[in-house]
Amino acid sequence: MITYEWLYILAGAFFAIWALLSLRDRCWGNGAFWGLLAASFLFGSHIGDFANGVLVLAMVAIAGLGLLKRSDPPTTTPEERLNFSELFGNRLFLPALVVPVTAVVGTLLYNYTPLGETGLFEARRETLILFGVGVLVALVAAMVWLRPPVLAPAEEGRRLLDSIGWAAILPQMLAALGAVFALAGVGDVIGALAGEVIPENSVFVTVLVFCLGMALFTMIMGNAFAAFPVMAAAIGIPLLVEGYGGNPAVIGAVGMLAGFCGTLLTPMAANFNIVPAALLELDDQNGVIRQQVWTAIPLWVCNVAIIYVAGFWLWS
Amino acid sequence: MNYWPLLGIALVVIGFALRFNPLLVVVGAAVATGLLAGLDIVAVVEALGRAFNDNRYISVTWIILPVIGLLERYGLQQRARSLIESVRGATMGKLLVLYLGFRQITAALGMKDIGGHPQAVRPLVAPMAEAAATKSHGALPEAERQKVLAMSAATDNVGLFFGEDIFFAIASILLIQGVFEAAGYPLTPLQLSVWAIPTAICAFLIHGGRILAMDRRMGRLTPLASGEDQP
Repeated sequence: MITYEWLYILAGAFFAIWALLSLRDRCWGNGAFWGLLAASFLFGSHIGDFANGVLVLAMVAIAGLGLLKRSDPPTTTPEERLNFSELFGNRLFLPALVVPVTAVVGTLLYNYTPLGETGLFEARRETLILFGVGVLVALVAAMVWLRPPVLAPAEEGRRLLDSIGWAAILPQMLAALGAVFALAGVGDVIGALAGEVIPENSVFVTVLVFCLGMALFTMIMGNAFAAFPVMAAAIGIPLLVEGYGGNPAVIGAVGMLAGFCGTLLTPMAANFNIVPAALLELDDQNGVIRQQVWTAIPLWVCNVAIIYVAGFWLWS
Repeated sequence: MNYWPLLGIALVVIGFALRFNPLLVVVGAAVATGLLAGLDIVAVVEALGRAFNDNRYISVTWIILPVIGLLERYGLQQRARSLIESVRGATMGKLLVLYLGFRQITAALGMKDIGGHPQAVRPLVAPMAEAAATKSHGALPEAERQKVLAMSAATDNVGLFFGEDIFFAIASILLIQGVFEAAGYPLTPLQLSVWAIPTAICAFLIHGGRILAMDRRMGRLTPLASGEDQP
């Protein structure tokens, strides 16, 4: 049976290669950071909780001290890229399409044909495992078709990874925070508190408070990812899912999108809202946000309605 | 009941708002929450390590980077550009609505780095939108010109935010999965990502409608622009 463990070894190998290339490039901080992440993927299941915790603290220390840098591996020039793009045309999109097509079609086949009875994949893990398969297929196809230098995919991947930097593990870290919150009983406390404040059995008001909290926390923090574990622990899981029996998939997915509406409204999300205003030389630093207000607010209302209707009415 | 763990939530909010390194904020909040819940420091480090280890699948998504990087090496960005340029001659409204759809669909297929402000909006989408608006409405007052540029950037954001979650192997979807799984609700990525579709459709209709309304309003604002003689 193919499990996540296989996928972790694959990802661990990728991060190990990136770590080695970083070290070769004398980017010591990057090398250490990606090396630790590689160790987490390759050995995390065997070294025990405490060692994993120390590994996390070490990665955070490297990031917190600002030791991660952007890298500039050798690549093609803009002129060469233009020529290639004319040579290959729209077929350049095909290898990228291989990945979602493999994963989605594979998942459907696995779930709705007798293939599923083979028990090839760990339960509920097939989509992400097939995503890994799709990546490998796309890589091989692109290598055969484009015939780049052998190290090119690793170096190009490293350029993108280093432009993301420590933010690459932020979602994983936030999910870990959510787990620690759950362990510490944060959800129970807030559930009890909110139960006293929010009118009894008012599903609609609770949905409203959940979505409002997602948007407001996102605006304050500039990041819906950070708001999500907080609001899920506070209202989403204890009240909406456990208290009122709502559909967890709808509440999770659409709750996150209610947070994205908040991202459209805040200068704290500088990369999306303030940087482009500067790039476009707008007089008003908040000019982009102003154009987003009347998309974000009606869309937020839509999200409230979707959670209420699909998460509760249609679900029960 | 022990209310102290709630301080952890406050720490996250304050830390992010004050712009500390987010990883430091998150780990600091996790450690503080654990300690306030009455765990000792070793138990907290263990809990953090176990939680990080259990959620590794979220960071697995980065293995797609070599594929995208390799395609960029051979001109993926440039190809996306010429696709956008091929609608030259469209009105500003039509151009931005098409870009909105293009951005949503490519993001939904996992190509969220096609587009973006430095790569596409500044060099391409914003100047094209401005040129199209000038062509149909005549020279724009400076304030209106800036609104067109700002709307171009806004369109990129809306397209990305409300397209990317349809792709299942993206950090936000896997983060939702991780948080719910930790609380005892196992979900699959596809179960979550299909629920991004209704909002994506709403976003296209709302923002697309606003773009077209802006184009019409500019037409009314400058009735002489078409060059026709008015009585």
